[in-house]
Amino acid sequence: MAAARSLPHRHFDALIIGAGGAGLNAALRLAAADLRVAVVSKVFPTRSHTVAAQGGVNAALANALPDNWHWHMFDTVKGSDYLGDQDAIETMCREAIPTVYELEHAGVPFSRLDNGRIYQRAFGGQSQNFGGEQAARTCAAADRTGHAILHTLYQQNLRAKTHFFDEHFAVDLIRDDEGVTLGALVLDIESGEPLIIESKTTLLATGGHGQVYRTSTNAFINTGDGMAMALRVGGPLQDMEFYQFHPTGVAGKGMLITEAARGEGGYLINSEGESFMERYAPNALDLASRDVVSRSIVTEIREGRGCGPNKDYVLLKVDHLGADVVHQRLPGITDICRVFLGIDPAKAPMPVFPTAHYAMGGIPTDRHARVVAPARHGPEEVVPGLYAAGECACVSVHGANRLGGNSLLDILVFGRAAGTDILSYVTENPHHRSMRDAHLEPAIARLARWERQGEGERVADVKAELRRLMEDHCGVFRDQATMAEGVEKLKALRERIEGVRLRDHSQTFNTARIEALELDNLVDVGMATLMSALHRDESRGAHSRVDYPQRDDERWMKHSLYLREDDRMDYKPVRTKPLTVDSFPPKPRVY
Amino acid sequence: MTAIRLSVYRYQPDRDAESSPAASDAKPSMQTFEVEAQPGMMLREALLAIKEQDETFAFRHSCGEGVCGSDGVNANGTNCLACITPIAELKQPIQVRPLPGRPVIRDLVVDMTQFYEQYRAVEPYLIRKDPLPEQEIRQSPEDRDKLDGLYECILCGCCSTACPSFWWNPEKFHGPAALLQSWRFLADSRDQATEERLDALEGPYKLFRCHSIMNCVEVCPKGLNPTRAIGKIKELMLEQSV
Repeated sequence: MAAARSLPHRHFDALIIGAGGAGLNAALRLAAADLRVAVVSKVFPTRSHTVAAQGGVNAALANALPDNWHWHMFDTVKGSDYLGDQDAIETMCREAIPTVYELEHAGVPFSRLDNGRIYQRAFGGQSQNFGGEQAARTCAAADRTGHAILHTLYQQNLRAKTHFFDEHFAVDLIRDDEGVTLGALVLDIESGEPLIIESKTTLLATGGHGQVYRTSTNAFINTGDGMAMALRVGGPLQDMEFYQFHPTGVAGKGMLITEAARGEGGYLINSEGESFMERYAPNALDLASRDVVSRSIVTEIREGRGCGPNKDYVLLKVDHLGADVVHQRLPGITDICRVFLGIDPAKAPMPVFPTAHYAMGGIPTDRHARVVAPARHGPEEVVPGLYAAGECACVSVHGANRLGGNSLLDILVFGRAAGTDILSYVTENPHHRSMRDAHLEPAIARLARWERQGEGERVADVKAELRRLMEDHCGVFRDQATMAEGVEKLKALRERIEGVRLRDHSQTFNTARIEALELDNLVDVGMATLMSALHRDESRGAHSRVDYPQRDDERWMKHSLYLREDDRMDYKPVRTKPLTVDSFPPKPRVY
Repeated sequence: MTAIRLSVYRYQPDRDAESSPAASDAKPSMQTFEVEAQPGMMLREALLAIKEQDETFAFRHSCGEGVCGSDGVNANGTNCLACITPIAELKQPIQVRPLPGRPVIRDLVVDMTQFYEQYRAVEPYLIRKDPLPEQEIRQSPEDRDKLDGLYECILCGCCSTACPSFWWNPEKFHGPAALLQSWRFLADSRDQATEERLDALEGPYKLFRCHSIMNCVEVCPKGLNPTRAIGKIKELMLEQSV
C-alpha cells in the first residue's frame, strides 16, 4: 500500500459520494452554478438503486383529486408515528410541488392524464383534508418512476458536464484536527489505485443498507457505506431502529412488488380467501401505512392463515383489475412476475411476504442537509463542510415509518437543498484547507488492513452469518431477549472481522476487496440498528416490540443517536415545531 | 444435489501467482465450475455461487431483477442479463463470456467506455427552447405513449455489443442503444431540438451504419426494438428533407 505522501490528489469545490437521486440532484444544482463538482460512485450512475424505485413520487399537485401540501404534511407526520421533525416535513411537502415540475421540465416521462397533466395514483397513508378520504398524490411514470427519474438526472448532469468518477469506491472521509471534512480517500476499482479527493464540501448520498438483512428488496450495492463512514469519523447515526419492511416483497425471493399494485386497486388475501386488512385497518384497508400492513401479514401467517404448502406467505390480487390496467399501469411488476414467478399478475395472484426495504434512520442532518451532531453547544451542531441526503441521511422526515412515495421525494428535495447550501458554504469558504498526511492515516489504515495475507475466515461466510443474524434478531416483531442475544452475537461477529482475510490481493477490478470493505460497513450499521432497537422499549412505527406493544410519548418522543465508540446511545428531542403552520400533536394512529 | 456445469471466461491481467497457482499467466482461458442447482435459479445466482468458491472471479451485478443493467454477459453465444436469465433455459455446460467486442478488464468485466461515449454523443436529454411553464409541460397520453418502448432502456449494452456494425466501428457508429435514446428524445413532444438532432446524425456512420441485422432486437432483455427506432429516425429525416 502506497504511503500517504505519494497518493495522487484531485481538488474540487464539492465532492458527492453516491450517484442516486440525491447525489445527482445536488450535482445538477452545483454544476449548473459552475462549481467544480466530483461525483464518486462505486457503480456506473444509472446502476444506483434509485433505478429500482417503482411506484412514484408524492407531491400535492391535485391533478387527479383535490390536494394540498398541508394535507401531505399531516399524512407524513402521522405516518411517521409523530417521530418526524415537523420543520423538515413542512419543507419537504411544500418543496414537493416545484420539485416534481422541475423534474418534468428536465424530461422525466411521467404518465399522463387525459388533460395532459402528470398522472397521480393513490398510495398508502394518503388522505384528503387531514385524515379524510383517500388522496391520489403519487406522481408516476408507470411503475418505473425511479428508473425514469435517475436516468433523467444523469442525462441532465451529462449536459451540465458534471465530473464523474464512475466505479470508484469511497473508503473513508478525511477530516482535520478541528473536525472539518476535507474530502475522502477513494479507490479506483478498475486500477485498484487509491486517490485523494480534496474538497471544500462533501455530500454523503450513498443510499441504504438493506444488504444487512438476508432477504431484502435492496440491491447488492446497498451496504450502508456513507452511514459507516460517518460513524467512523465519530458521528452518530439517528433512529436506526426504524427499518421498514415492505409488505409486498416476492415471497422467498425479495423482489419488490410496488405499493402501486394496491394503489391501483389490488388487495391482500389469506389462505381462507379473506381480504384480511378489513380487520386491521377498517378505513384505509390495504392502503394503510406500510408498518401496519406488514405486521398484519406476519400476524396472519403466525395465526396459521398463510398460503402455500408451508403456509408462509399471503397473496396479492390484482387480477380483478383487468389485463389493460395491470399491463399498462404495472408493466414492471408484470415483468417481475413473468420472470421470477412464471405468472401473469393479470391472471394469478402474487405470493408476497414483508421484506427488508428502507432505512428511516441515518446520518442526522438539518433541513439544509447539513450533518449535525451533539457537541458543546447542543445536540444539533453543524459539522462544517459535511452534508448528507437521501436514504443514508435522517433529516428526519420519515420518523418511525416512511410513507410510500416519500422516498423519491426526500432524495430530490434534500439533494437539492444540499446543493443550495453547498453553494453558499463555498462562497463563504472559498479556499481549500490544508490536508496533512496525518489526516489521511485512518483511511489508509483501513485499506491496509485488508492487505494482510494468510489464512483466515472468508468475507462471504461472515457476511452470510451477519445477514441471517439481523433477520433472526431484528425483524418485524422484536423483544428484549431476542435482541439482547442478537447484540451479543453481533459483538462476537465484529471481533471476528479482525481474523477475516482476503484470498485475492490483485489490483485490477478486485471485487473481493470491495466486498470486504462493504462488510466492515454492514457490521457497523447492523450494530447501530440492533443497539438502537434494543434500547427503545416502546412500539412506534416500524419498531414493534412484543414486550412493549404501546407507543410511549412520555418517555420516547425522542430521536435515538448511536455512537460507534463504546456502542453508546444518546438521545435528542423531536422537532415538533413546523416553520409556518401549527404543530400536529401526537394522536393515536388508526387507519 | 443436482449440479449445474458452467464454463466461464477467465482473464486476470495482474493475476497473483501466489494466490492462484493454477494459472499464473495472464492469458484468457475458460474455467469449469459446478454449482448446486436451486429452484428457479437465474444465471446471476450461479455466478454468485462460483464467486463463493473462488473469490478471484469478477463480474458486475447489483439489483438482481433486471433494472440496473449491470450484469450483461454472453451465455451460450447470446447476450443477456444474468439476473433474469433462467438456468433452466440454458444448455450445459453453460458457456459464459464477457459481452463481445469490448476490451476485457477482468473475467466478465468489460470496458464500456466507448458504449457510454456513443450514448453521450446523441445528447440524451430533453432540450427546451421555450420559457418553461410554472407547472408541467402538457403532454397528451397519446404523445406519452410514443415514449413507451424507448425510455425503459437500462444501458446494459447487450444490444450494441451484439451488433456487427458496432463491432467494426465502435468509434464512429452510435450503435443501437444510443440511437434508441436519440429517437426517445426525437419522439418526445416536449423536445425542441429535432432539427439539430437530425443534422447531427448525418453522414455515413453515426446512424447509417445500421444494416437492420436486428441482433439488437433479438437480445434486448427489456424487449425493446432499437431497429424500429432507427427506422423511425430515417423516416423522419426523409420527411424533413422534402
